Amino acid sequence: MADFQDTFYRCFIEDNRWRYLTRGLGNTLLITFFALLIGVALGVVVAIVRTSWDKNREDMRPGPGRTLLCAANAVCRVYLTVIRGTPVVVQLLLGVFVILVALGNDVVIACLVFGINSGAYVAEIIRSGIMSIDNGQFEAGRSLGFNYIQTMRYIIIPQAFKNVLPALANEFIVLLKETSVAGYAGVIDLTKGGEIIRGRTFEAFLPLIAVAAIYLVMVMFFTWLVGRLERRLRSSER
Amino acid sequence: MSGKVLIQVRDLEKHFGSGGTIHALDGVSADISRGEVVVVIGPSGSGKSTFLRCLNLLERPTGGTITFAGVDITDPRVNIDLHRQKMGMVFQHFNLFPHMTILENMTLAPIKLLKKSRDEAEGKALALLERVGLKDRAGAYPSQLSGGQKQRIAIVRALCMEPEVMLFDEPTSALDPEMVGEVLEVMKDLARDGMTMVVVTHEMGFAREVGSRVIFMDGGVIVEENAPAELFANPVSDRLKSFLAKVL
Repeated sequence: MADFQDTFYRCFIEDNRWRYLTRGLGNTLLITFFALLIGVALGVVVAIVRTSWDKNREDMRPGPGRTLLCAANAVCRVYLTVIRGTPVVVQLLLGVFVILVALGNDVVIACLVFGINSGAYVAEIIRSGIMSIDNGQFEAGRSLGFNYIQTMRYIIIPQAFKNVLPALANEFIVLLKETSVAGYAGVIDLTKGGEIIRGRTFEAFLPLIAVAAIYLVMVMFFTWLVGRLERRLRSSER
Repeated sequence: MSGKVLIQVRDLEKHFGSGGTIHALDGVSADISRGEVVVVIGPSGSGKSTFLRCLNLLERPTGGTITFAGVDITDPRVNIDLHRQKMGMVFQHFNLFPHMTILENMTLAPIKLLKKSRDEAEGKALALLERVGLKDRAGAYPSQLSGGQKQRIAIVRALCMEPEVMLFDEPTSALDPEMVGEVLEVMKDLARDGMTMVVVTHEMGFAREVGSRVIFMDGGVIVEENAPAELFANPVSDRLKSFLAKVL
């Protein structure tokens, strides 16, 4: 017992080492939060472009609108292929050392990289949600006089979002844990914080268990939160 | 035929499939006047639903013209969304928005498109709900209603936009038999008020009682059209005769 107390003291109390964990946790939450915002925004746009093209390619008359949508769809497909076809660690390293190097701030770059990465997965989740909505909903919206975008916004997207909420929550949890590779690019996130303590104290067990426990508690908390949101949204279907 | 022509259809064609091999509509011409109740009947696959869905361009015709209130809406430069606001549509499967209450279903379009205030839109919606006997369900969600109630809501949702014409696409076909009457009652009420209506239906009783004109379609063309009493009593073409023999 005295041994444990001693180890605990050296890992977390001495030199205020617990601060590596809190500082890391702050960065982890920051990166996850902004990556989520970027990912959902990007995902919704990409999903709408993809479904709009698939839905309208046959009915659209030739013209600038059609050409634009066709080009946007092609860009989206390249984006999806590249992002889903390469590991996130490689994307992060490319971001920090090559593409976004001018930004200078590693945390900002990590937010962008994880956001852009997550957007590809969110896009496919939302696209599946949009496609799951009965075409009659779309026709009802259009027959009332809503244009395509308005129908999407008021009628299709809210229903699609509700349908894919469990899948989105899953993507969010994956994202939260995925940010643990940010240390590769020199960002001090929660995992890296634990690693620094391990390096200073030559103790592996306690710092890493502490890191794991913090991730677990966060994931459990968010799962509970999403469960509540889901129940609230479902109330209209009983 | 009373009043002036509201919808003028000329040589309407709709071809589906690769290379347009399936002719759902093969040159349909018709005039629909204000205040008229035109009932479209015909066997399945006759093109009657396609004809109706072309009237507000849910299906884009491959040929011919549709003139609505003096404007050729098949012209690509026309903003069809503005014209659709004046053409209410009721679907076989209701298509209420499941994530909104009845009142929200009814006020969404008037608030967003007609820029009505919430109070004004809700007042109008509640008055219409009262008329169809569903005022107490204003706060309910569509999933809490029966099929007949859903279809009555779908009708008044379209009426909230104060349309000039109402299009009905087999409004009672998805209903349990005991609920058909309540929906037809609302439609009859609407017809008595002088609403211009185009109704695709299998309800021959409704056609006979309410219709000012009946159009019989088969094979993508109008085979016969006449006042209902005349059409049902003295069918001319063999196709109509055999169709009526099956459904009456």
